[in-house]
Amino acid sequence: MLRLEKRPQPSQAWTYATPLLAVILTMLAGGALFAFLGKDPLEAIRTIFWDPLFSEFAFYYRPQLLVKGAPLVLIAIGLSLGFRAGIWNIGAEGQYIMGAICGAGVALAFYPLEAWWIFPLMVVAGAFGGLIWAMIPAVLKVRFGTNEILVSLMLVYVAEQFLASMSLGLLKNPQGYGFPGSRNLQQYDSAHNADLIDGSGMHWGVVAALIAVIFAYILLKRHLLGFHIRLTGEAPRAARFAGVNPSRLILFCLGTSGALAGLAGLFEVAGPSGQITIDFNVGYGFTAIIVAFLGRLHPVGILMAGALMALTYIGGDIAQSKMGLPSAAIQLFQGMLLFFLLAVDVLTNFRIKPAKKEVA
Amino acid sequence: MEISSINPILLLASLIVAATPLLLAAIGELVVEKSGVLNLGVEGMMITGAICGFAISVNTGSPVLGLLAAAVGGATLSLLFAVLTQFALANQVASGLALTLFGLGLSALLGQGYQGVKPPAFPHVDLPILSKIPVLGPILFTQDFVVYLAFFLTLGTWAVLKYTRAGLILRAVGENHDAAHALGYKVVRIRVMAILFGGACAGLGGAYISLIRVPQWTEGMTAGIGWIALALVVFASWKPWRVLLGACLFGGVNVLQLNLQAAGVAIPVEYLAMSPYLITILVLVIMSADRSGAPASLGRSFHASN
Amino acid sequence: MTGTLLSIRGLTKAYPGVVANSDVSFDIREGEVHALLGENGAGKSTLVKMIYGLVKPDTGTMTLRGAPYAPAEPRVARASGVAMVFQHFSLFEALNVAENIALGMEHPPKMRDLAARIKEVSETYGLPLDPYRTVGDLSAGERQRVEIIRCLLQDPRLLIMDEPTSVLTPQEVEILFRTLRKLTSEGVAILYISHKLEEIRALCESATILRLGKKVGTCVPREVSAREMAEMMVGSSLHVPERKGGDLGPILLELNDLSVKSPSEFGTSLKNITLKVRSGEVLGLGGVAGNGQDELLAALSGEILTAPGAVVMEGQPIGTLGPTARRRMGLLTAPEERLGHAAAPDMSLTENALLTGSVRQGLEKNGFLKWGKTREFAEAIIKRFDVRTPGPGNAARSLSGGNLQKFVIGREVMQLPIVLVVNQPTWGVDAAAAASIRQALLDLAAGGTAVIVISQDLDELMEISDHFGALNEGRLSDIRPAHGLSVDEIGLMMGGAHGMEDAHV
Repeated sequence: MLRLEKRPQPSQAWTYATPLLAVILTMLAGGALFAFLGKDPLEAIRTIFWDPLFSEFAFYYRPQLLVKGAPLVLIAIGLSLGFRAGIWNIGAEGQYIMGAICGAGVALAFYPLEAWWIFPLMVVAGAFGGLIWAMIPAVLKVRFGTNEILVSLMLVYVAEQFLASMSLGLLKNPQGYGFPGSRNLQQYDSAHNADLIDGSGMHWGVVAALIAVIFAYILLKRHLLGFHIRLTGEAPRAARFAGVNPSRLILFCLGTSGALAGLAGLFEVAGPSGQITIDFNVGYGFTAIIVAFLGRLHPVGILMAGALMALTYIGGDIAQSKMGLPSAAIQLFQGMLLFFLLAVDVLTNFRIKPAKKEVA
Repeated sequence: MEISSINPILLLASLIVAATPLLLAAIGELVVEKSGVLNLGVEGMMITGAICGFAISVNTGSPVLGLLAAAVGGATLSLLFAVLTQFALANQVASGLALTLFGLGLSALLGQGYQGVKPPAFPHVDLPILSKIPVLGPILFTQDFVVYLAFFLTLGTWAVLKYTRAGLILRAVGENHDAAHALGYKVVRIRVMAILFGGACAGLGGAYISLIRVPQWTEGMTAGIGWIALALVVFASWKPWRVLLGACLFGGVNVLQLNLQAAGVAIPVEYLAMSPYLITILVLVIMSADRSGAPASLGRSFHASN
Repeated sequence: MTGTLLSIRGLTKAYPGVVANSDVSFDIREGEVHALLGENGAGKSTLVKMIYGLVKPDTGTMTLRGAPYAPAEPRVARASGVAMVFQHFSLFEALNVAENIALGMEHPPKMRDLAARIKEVSETYGLPLDPYRTVGDLSAGERQRVEIIRCLLQDPRLLIMDEPTSVLTPQEVEILFRTLRKLTSEGVAILYISHKLEEIRALCESATILRLGKKVGTCVPREVSAREMAEMMVGSSLHVPERKGGDLGPILLELNDLSVKSPSEFGTSLKNITLKVRSGEVLGLGGVAGNGQDELLAALSGEILTAPGAVVMEGQPIGTLGPTARRRMGLLTAPEERLGHAAAPDMSLTENALLTGSVRQGLEKNGFLKWGKTREFAEAIIKRFDVRTPGPGNAARSLSGGNLQKFVIGREVMQLPIVLVVNQPTWGVDAAAAASIRQALLDLAAGGTAVIVISQDLDELMEISDHFGALNEGRLSDIRPAHGLSVDEIGLMMGGAHGMEDAHV
């Protein structure tokens, strides 16, 4: 048997090494899974991690990396602030949907007017939609002490139903021959979140994600508020002693993550997706939780983790079409990654020693 | 259709059916939380139980074997959580989320090829004499045996927690793990067992949905019931009988909104479908003030330092 | 009745970086009270954990009544007749007395029978208890009774008591001692761990003294002076803090009829507390743990807000101001719990210096942090208060209790407070560090700061206070000049025996 021995202080080396170790372990276990499904594990791993970047069709996949990565990073940055403070927003998926609905709603309200201010207004509306949706669990927690995990999650289901109602009702395309779904914003110039450089995948959402990374980095490293966020997560009592107002912090963390998730939804609906449909959301809000942890709640780490996770999405699609690998296998693969990360994280704070026979 | 077309006896009977999976999962989670562990992976364990139970009963033709497999499946998944939180001392919130994400992926993978398949039918057990009672008989005593099992599980959990030494030790571990350790109780072992029990219950609850309530397999079919079960434990202030009450309440809301949908009332379907989730939030708000039954060590990691 | 009960030979236990016990040997005779004496960190706790089966020794043997004794777990120890009353009680607040006691027994009888036994035994030994009360509602002294009864119900041959009097008033100590004497008259041996020397002289027949994990001596406490024992414990002569008595200045802080509901379920609410502290004064507030000390500190630090006029600083009502605003005005505090309240365990000392220092030391501008300056501040604390650590980049939890306490107190002292409030400033700190902390507090007062010291260590309070008051169930006694107070008077101010029945022994 092995036993754990607490380190006097967290190990710097393992802080950086654990995400890498988790990725390696996931590749090994994932390879075993693919082999079990009757696929060549090496080819599957290569298809997922290598082909999107370096195969002959990579020119097509590389922009996709930005398209898929941007919402993940944008949402995960917001979530990481709360997670650091022990405030658990797991309803980003719902905030993402509400951001998209509000943003698209603004655009459709002005259709077919062409004006420069429509897109900025949509951005504000998108952030606002996510913010409002996240403020529900925040206010309930501050006012009544309600568990924000459960409330934010319940609101995902509510948002999904609301999305269905919108795409079948109020926002339905009047010229859509009765099919559910809104007008396509890609065909509405003032509202379209187009690639900034054609074919690069570089849309405004990518810019927003990068700005969010930089802001989060400065906030956490250089600003008192960031210090208070970390302090609250490490030692809530010490934080109150230091003068942190827990209610304000809850409102800030949930509000910020909601607004960022809302923005992600808006950039998606105005760009790559183009329209509000029943199945508009594809789980970015949940995958972003994995991204946040994989990036160790660190802005730069999240940037890298977002890219990696985007890679598994794209690679997973390729593997699905080329090798017939079920899409659920990729979902499982992502889940495994989080598992392994949490498991090896113990090395940061503990040493593993062979157990002397002792009463534990 | 009109609202008057809803038969109240059938409605109440189906309320019991809707309440059972919730009750199973919530009773399991109650035991886990009483031991001081917060397992947010109920949804993942339920959906895993749902597919394990479904696949085994389709392949063996035996619903009972299916239920057993569901319990084993849920418990196995919860073992992962136990390893993460009790041995690797990982954050319980994050580990629970991981369990749910993992369980959803796993079940989707296992469930390939089972979409649209019909599982073997589950026999109803009409309790002699009792089932003849007018009104109450058809509602309470002509159900399948899992309903009765869930009821006795609630009764058993209540009695064990309140009257037995095992229950006392479990509560003590959840209340103050350091003190329990100092008295020589095996905190980790007790918690792992509680987690496994919770996993098995959640698995059973999931299989009840896929085998009896629906009955068929679709991806993500638990649709948040695991999360509602978690809310139910808070609602019940960690008391078994109030879990039963809460399960019936939520079952009722769900059945009622489905019936209203079918009856074609003027409220759009989507808003009716939202109602169980909105009511969960409402109930959480009302009940959050009362944390009297909450175990003091809930969610905290335990490590025997020396 | 004077045979050897437990014989300990060459016990050694090492942890990474520390040898907790090294080759410790001694004997405990039946029916004696044997003191185990030593400073914090001398290895007393590890030693008794080995006897109680919580920790397994690396080498060494124990013999209980002639038979080899090596308990693998507390269960085995209890079955062999060894019982232990913990310093930090191993009780479950939400459970009742009978349930708590049942948890400590191997084969508890039915609850109803057990309750009857509890009543019977508790009355026999002069420690009456109601078996159906919830433990969270009991006073510290009553909780200790629960622990003792739990032990007594198992007919122990050896009872280990870890710092039992630190939670008792002098009157309650007397009751406890009578109970213990009754036990020894029945042949039970008691291993009594304490650093209160007068108590040991009053109670114990023999003493083993530990220093840095080694046995450094034995003595018969009645035949030596407290000072001699103290010097054996510390290994050098003690420095007694000096005070320069000066005149007291103007009133700096007033509490007017302060009433606060405790934020925690089993906490103590403050009731109508009124006091004044002047410039240059040290006000000592005694009282048994759990009588409102934490709440009072929180009401002063700004963690709990009150009516504006309940807290008045230099004439200004500040009851509604938060911690940051109060720090800006010069009201600084240091709570009892070092790890998790006064300091964040996993954060570096630099970050912990920022925790309270940001306002007065100018460590931030418009919210942006000056890490360089913060690090200098941390280094200055480390240097002036002789904090033993490789550097300010180390995590708070890597420091020993005494070193972290010096850092925490130093952090506030260096900010030149106008009013400083400290709770248990030397709790769990070795004698040398305690003396230097007390000296720092006295120096601060000499410089014109008003200092409030909340402590359960009466000797400490008598040593440094100008005035003394005691907290009892959230109320504050009259405040009296500290000089010339007798132990009896202090005990009564602390609530006497808390209305507990006197022992009928």
